[in-house]
Amino acid sequence: MKNKYDVVIIGSGIIGSLTARYLSRYNLSVLVVEKEIDVGMCPSSANSAIIHAGYDPKPGTMKAEMNAKGNRIWHSLAPELGIVFEKTGSLVVATSEDDVSKLKQLQEQAAANNIPGVEILDKEQLKTREPLINPEAVAALWAPTAAVLDPFGAVLAAAENAVANGVTYLFETEFTDFIIDSGRITGIRTTKGDFICRRVINAAGLYADEVTRKAGARIDFSITPRKGSYLIFDPMKITLKNVIFPVPSEMGKGILASTTTHGNVLIGPNNEACDGKNDTATGEDGLMEVFNGAKRLIPSLDLKNVIAQYCGVRAKGNGTGDFIVEKASEVQGLINLLGIESPGFASAPAIALRVIELLKESGEKLEEKPDWNPVRKPFPHFHRMSNVERKKLIAKNPAYGRIVCRCEEITEGEILDAIHSPVPARTYDGIKRRTWMGTGRCQGAFDYPRVIAILSRELGIPAEEVTKKGKGSELVYRGTKECAQ
Amino acid sequence: MNTTYDVVVVGAGPAGLAAAIEAKKTGAGDVLIIERNDEPGGILPQCIHNGFGSVIFKKDLPGPAYAYNFIEEAKTLGIEIVLDTMVLNITPDKKITAANSRDGFLEFEAGAIILAMGCRERTRANIRVPGDRPAGVFTAGTVQRLVNIEGLMPGKNFVILGSGDIGMIMARRLTLEGANVLKVVELMPCLTGLRRNYVQCLQDFNIPLSLSTTIKRIIGKKRVEAVETVKVDESLNPISGTQETIACDSLLLSVGLIPENELSKKAGVILDPLTGGPAVDENMATNINGIYAAGNVVTIYDLVDYVSKAGMIAGTNAALYTMGKSSSPKYYRLIPGDGVRSVVPQRINTSNIALKSSSTEILIELRVLHEFDSKVFIDIMDGDKVLYSHMEKYARPAEMITLRVDTSKLAGATGDLTVVVSSK
Amino acid sequence: MERKFVCIRCPQGCEITTTLNGNGAITEITGNSCRIGADFVKAELTDARRTLTTTVRVSGGTRPLCPVWTEKPVPKDKVLDLAAQLRTITLNAPVSAGQIIIKNAAGTGINIVASAPVMAPGGK
Repeated sequence: MKNKYDVVIIGSGIIGSLTARYLSRYNLSVLVVEKEIDVGMCPSSANSAIIHAGYDPKPGTMKAEMNAKGNRIWHSLAPELGIVFEKTGSLVVATSEDDVSKLKQLQEQAAANNIPGVEILDKEQLKTREPLINPEAVAALWAPTAAVLDPFGAVLAAAENAVANGVTYLFETEFTDFIIDSGRITGIRTTKGDFICRRVINAAGLYADEVTRKAGARIDFSITPRKGSYLIFDPMKITLKNVIFPVPSEMGKGILASTTTHGNVLIGPNNEACDGKNDTATGEDGLMEVFNGAKRLIPSLDLKNVIAQYCGVRAKGNGTGDFIVEKASEVQGLINLLGIESPGFASAPAIALRVIELLKESGEKLEEKPDWNPVRKPFPHFHRMSNVERKKLIAKNPAYGRIVCRCEEITEGEILDAIHSPVPARTYDGIKRRTWMGTGRCQGAFDYPRVIAILSRELGIPAEEVTKKGKGSELVYRGTKECAQ
Repeated sequence: MNTTYDVVVVGAGPAGLAAAIEAKKTGAGDVLIIERNDEPGGILPQCIHNGFGSVIFKKDLPGPAYAYNFIEEAKTLGIEIVLDTMVLNITPDKKITAANSRDGFLEFEAGAIILAMGCRERTRANIRVPGDRPAGVFTAGTVQRLVNIEGLMPGKNFVILGSGDIGMIMARRLTLEGANVLKVVELMPCLTGLRRNYVQCLQDFNIPLSLSTTIKRIIGKKRVEAVETVKVDESLNPISGTQETIACDSLLLSVGLIPENELSKKAGVILDPLTGGPAVDENMATNINGIYAAGNVVTIYDLVDYVSKAGMIAGTNAALYTMGKSSSPKYYRLIPGDGVRSVVPQRINTSNIALKSSSTEILIELRVLHEFDSKVFIDIMDGDKVLYSHMEKYARPAEMITLRVDTSKLAGATGDLTVVVSSK
Repeated sequence: MERKFVCIRCPQGCEITTTLNGNGAITEITGNSCRIGADFVKAELTDARRTLTTTVRVSGGTRPLCPVWTEKPVPKDKVLDLAAQLRTITLNAPVSAGQIIIKNAAGTGINIVASAPVMAPGGK
């Protein structure tokens, strides 16, 4: 295994993977180390899936700058990387006159942050935009540049494009320490050995505080994880057209209701204390808080139509609460990306480009590769195709004719694509995130046995070693007849 | 394979097989069954337990044997079955698109279509069990397939949520293959499956059952490590202080079935919100001319024999439709009245009941809203007038009641009919 | 002495109470709605039987397992032993429906048979 790189990125979430993707443009050897078995396993795949317009952060902050820039970049980056991205726009809904004055403040903030097209809609205009809105709503702030995307798909697309352009990803490789020589980082230690490098980018998200502390930088910075629960509804039962927020409070943007790129309704998040950074367990109280909160926006939501629930953790930093995007001053060779909570996803491309600037400022000579390919073509998605396209696809490869997931119409061909992609899926959840298999009404009940067989065959491992999400999450443990008594 | 068929059946389960056979016997020309699984029989090949066939074969058969009888008959009759093939769309003018990896993208035109897609299981999200999302949470049917068909054991120590028949049958099945079933918990204060399954699946193997209990939380990040159970009160609210943590590696869910009707909706078929399946008449005809539906796609049955019976009715009438022997009918609705949760069929062809002389039997399947411990009367009412009355020794929401009604009994009907249950 | 049973002979599941005298002989049966219920209780007290349904490993077939069952109910206390015995058997495909897997299983006089066929690849 190669153990010398120019740049090492710690973390393969949206920040780490987009940074890797932008860095892949230059003549540098880049390594991404990830402690999990796949990219974007942490907050990057469990969030609201929204590219916020950028009226919300306080003008003058790093958050405001990155969000406004990031949103603009996403609109061109998403098609370049083949990311499913829908320009839905967003609404902040007022239910009282008091709320309306808050909308006006937000509109002023939007102007200060340079967010285009933000206007206030009256009741009738609101109802036209979102027929299911609470009839008690009186007005709304409309931000046309907000969008929704498939968050895991976005991380994957960035990672695949980075790999296609020469970046190396190592999974199940956990950062343990820095190698520091006279005030300068010369490498990192991981559970898979040491790696020599000139620069380290700390994109460790929830764990970024622990990483920076190991370098003796920003030792006062700490992350207090806060979790948020979400519920997903059956698109056959209810659909929305927009991203809909309540009027924000001191607690944040509040519990929203949104469409997703997949046509589901998503509601959430609340804001709960966590039992550690990997506490992604939902609780009944939290789920009901989310449901009751979202019902104030969309009264026709019905718990009967919930098809999935999950929980994400925010990387809430102490101090001002603003993003920290900087060269560490205490040690040379480290770029810290700290406290990247919401709107982190919207800000990610801007943060990644800022990292490039910081590297230049540090004296890195970034030479462009002549053969850099910024375009990543997505794999076929049978469900979204016309019959003519489907016919052609199956004719080319019959595996696309075998439908493995009945609700989402995911074919064996798509599953094979996921397993053999530049950033390969090696687990059930890895396939699920890439293809949307098992995310529908039956939640995988139909596909489980079929996917266990496919993973076992393609990875050349016995069924007993097929996992849901890495070691320790095996799905079966023996043959039916292999029993001692 | 042709591109046009007189009758196309979607699903080769007990309803679809019976429908295709009956359609062929009635005189339909080419009959095709499209099946998504790699063998015919629907869920039956994995239901290796006995208890099937008492009505149709007057025998107690295991599921695979019950299915085998139908599969052999279908073969003998020259019915085509295309396996491993998923139907993607059905239009109201009876064009079907499907796909498989052998023949590619398929398009068919059908004279008549019979919807026999069956049902799916309710999942963890439907009942919102909180916790993380580890491996080891399975629906009962998935485990049944893994253990009985694929030959794979998905766990060592199981807790089962739901005392439905599949849950109890899997408790026995897992025990017989050397797994530990630690407990079956049931939210309701009574068993939701048959009592005989409690005896032969739980009691025989000393598997404890906790009624009025549910799973409060799933513990474990990668694989299930434990579940937390809690007692519930009469209004099904958790009683604090009654939590109990059970260490286990698997949670098996047996929390109900839902008719599978995504294709029906695409075809423009109107569904009954009470059953979740197409609203049909006594011939199993839907609102779309030439599209019929039968089995668990219409309503969840207790006995597979009645699923097959419904298939037969749909098959006969679909064949008659393609042979031009079916006129556009007028209907009286059949409405669930006091004490009744749902009724199938939802409407009756007036020409079928107009003739006093005709004596055809129609099947009416209903479920009651709550438990009746003693004698109950099920009446079909035309306004205040009782046209038909039937007595049962008891009635339970978990058990479907099948009425075999002679249409001559309904001959005097003047309008929509109501079905009511009372203990009088 | 009183003993309670739930009859398993039909879906109704009658709760039946029997009264036994000091010699263990039945003196009264109540709660059953038919004669089958009374017969069931008598059998449960003297010779309780169950139908065993399980699977057997198959080699060279299109499926790894073949579903099997006891043609008639076998003594209840033999069920677990028979299930364990069946775990040790491997059949060769093809297996036909009704094929005898074990004759006179555990000396009960009852055969264990395949409830469905398992083909060899190629449809044999």
